[in-house]
Amino acid sequence: MNAMTLRPRRRLWAYLPMTLLAVFFLFPIVFMLAASLKSDHQIFADMDSFRAFLPVGGISLDNYAAVFDRVPFWRFLGNTIFVTFMVTALGLVVNSLCGYALARMRWKGRAVVFAFIIATLILPFDTTIVPMVYLVANLPWIGFEGVRPVLEVGWLNTYHVQIIPFVVNAFAIFLFAQYFKSLPKGLEEAAAMDGAGWLRTYWRIIVPLSKPVFATVTILTVVTSPATWNAYLWPLMTVQSEELRPVMVGVQYFFQLDTSWGEVMAYISMITIPMVAVFIAFQRAFIQSIASAGMKD
Amino acid sequence: MTIASTDRVAAEAAAVGRAPAPRRRRGDFSRSEQRAGAAFATPAVVLLLLFVVGPAVVSLAMSFTNARLVSPVAPEFVGLDNFRRAFTEDAVFTRSLLNTFLFAALVVPIQGGLGLVLALLVNQKIAGRNLFRTIYFLPVITSMVVISLLWRFLYQEDGLVNSALSMLTGGVWAGRAWLADPSTAMGAIVVMSVWQGVGFHMVIWLAGLQTIPEEVYEASALDGTTPWERFRYITLPLLKPTFVFVLITITIAAMSLFIQVDIMTGGGPLNSTSSIVYQIVQKGFQQQQIGYGAALSLVFFCIVLALALLQRRLTRDKD
Repeated sequence: MNAMTLRPRRRLWAYLPMTLLAVFFLFPIVFMLAASLKSDHQIFADMDSFRAFLPVGGISLDNYAAVFDRVPFWRFLGNTIFVTFMVTALGLVVNSLCGYALARMRWKGRAVVFAFIIATLILPFDTTIVPMVYLVANLPWIGFEGVRPVLEVGWLNTYHVQIIPFVVNAFAIFLFAQYFKSLPKGLEEAAAMDGAGWLRTYWRIIVPLSKPVFATVTILTVVTSPATWNAYLWPLMTVQSEELRPVMVGVQYFFQLDTSWGEVMAYISMITIPMVAVFIAFQRAFIQSIASAGMKD
Repeated sequence: MTIASTDRVAAEAAAVGRAPAPRRRRGDFSRSEQRAGAAFATPAVVLLLLFVVGPAVVSLAMSFTNARLVSPVAPEFVGLDNFRRAFTEDAVFTRSLLNTFLFAALVVPIQGGLGLVLALLVNQKIAGRNLFRTIYFLPVITSMVVISLLWRFLYQEDGLVNSALSMLTGGVWAGRAWLADPSTAMGAIVVMSVWQGVGFHMVIWLAGLQTIPEEVYEASALDGTTPWERFRYITLPLLKPTFVFVLITITIAAMSLFIQVDIMTGGGPLNSTSSIVYQIVQKGFQQQQIGYGAALSLVFFCIVLALALLQRRLTRDKD
């Protein structure tokens, strides 16, 4: 059943539907990239021919230049990268430690905590995101005026409101616990013989043996979390200050006053290309991570 | 917090109690394990209580009040008033409930089914299948915000969708503004949402397909079965666990419909695309009626929970 042995007719039947589907999945993205290089006039003029998908006609980077005039692009991008990094990195620490305690340590209360985490997996807690705005608006925080700590009330309009509520993830804890359980027994005993404490054992022995699950959780967090690269609704509700806003909220700036579709296409290309580049570079890992998420049952 | 402190009290008892596994330096080691275990779990448990359970509790408490986000007047207890308003007075909300169910009822079978078709196609042993997988997966990597904006443009009266249809029909097709017409707006959002999400479920199905050993197919091919019989009686039954996961994840994602509506239609035309979450954000956030928004959130919570439990039960009973 190898490609080389397929007869031409069968090969055609294998490739024809796949190619048509590929066209269906690619055409909007190719159109976006082509249109980002054209003036609005040119975009509409090219609409009823294949020129819509080709970088032809009056091609320029004007739209990209205009994006920088309209929004503080680097600031938005920096915010998104910072928040994505923090949510992911803190999440790896918090969720893996909890998964480790659940999977490989004996302590009283473990059964209760485990049941609690399973319950948060089943209950649709994401449905309460709007009441969560009210909650974070009333939480205390210790800020600093110079070096003097001051008690502040309300997390709105900060970086931490974009990060801390999304660090913990019951599904990630579950994935970590499952992976740690599959590691050989007796690792801790061996480490204890050498006088290593629990934290040291975790960091020096367990983490290096568990790179695949760390990679999986990283990718799932970046692709599917509502607070990382794709964050939109939550920062829209909790962050008004322009200096703290992420890239996805930036799309709103293109619909105030005049709308230039060429600029819109340039902006959405700019916020799509980095992620697609990362995906293409780590393709196999991406696909594997999503696949392993589905295998949890 | 509570869990950690009760654990510390219980530590001594545990050190002496149940000890099936072999261990050394008995009392000391166990107590350190006890303390470390509770300490490792504490950050996650505290954050879960605060940001996962907390909002649900706030939602429950606020839903019986007339609280507003910024208001000089203290919130008052209004009993079930918010719920009565939602189901008897707020026609936009009941319409949004129906819209959301319609959206889910269309997206779940189309996205689940097309995902399986794609998985079967890219599971063939032919050259270039990785390239096709990558292409079908590309929209998943692209943000829903970006995709909604892009398709909003494609769906315009003078947009690409109409010119493509016109080209395919040799000019017979007369263009229409897909998102401005109440009879087509929801359908247009469904097509786009499937286009964006189907690659994710293709990968999930693919993982399920690859757990089925090749020998099973070879053995049944020797018995003279047709490809359709092999699919119907081998592939489908063995994909059961994958099916449950796909069904539940698409349903929950579909019920949470928001970004597409927010960016493409603003709930219109004539509320034909307004969704539950869109209404929750409108009432609870834009109009700052926190109490009412909390009540709607609670209704939403119960619906999604009921669906998840129902699906679990249905798929389990068939075994």
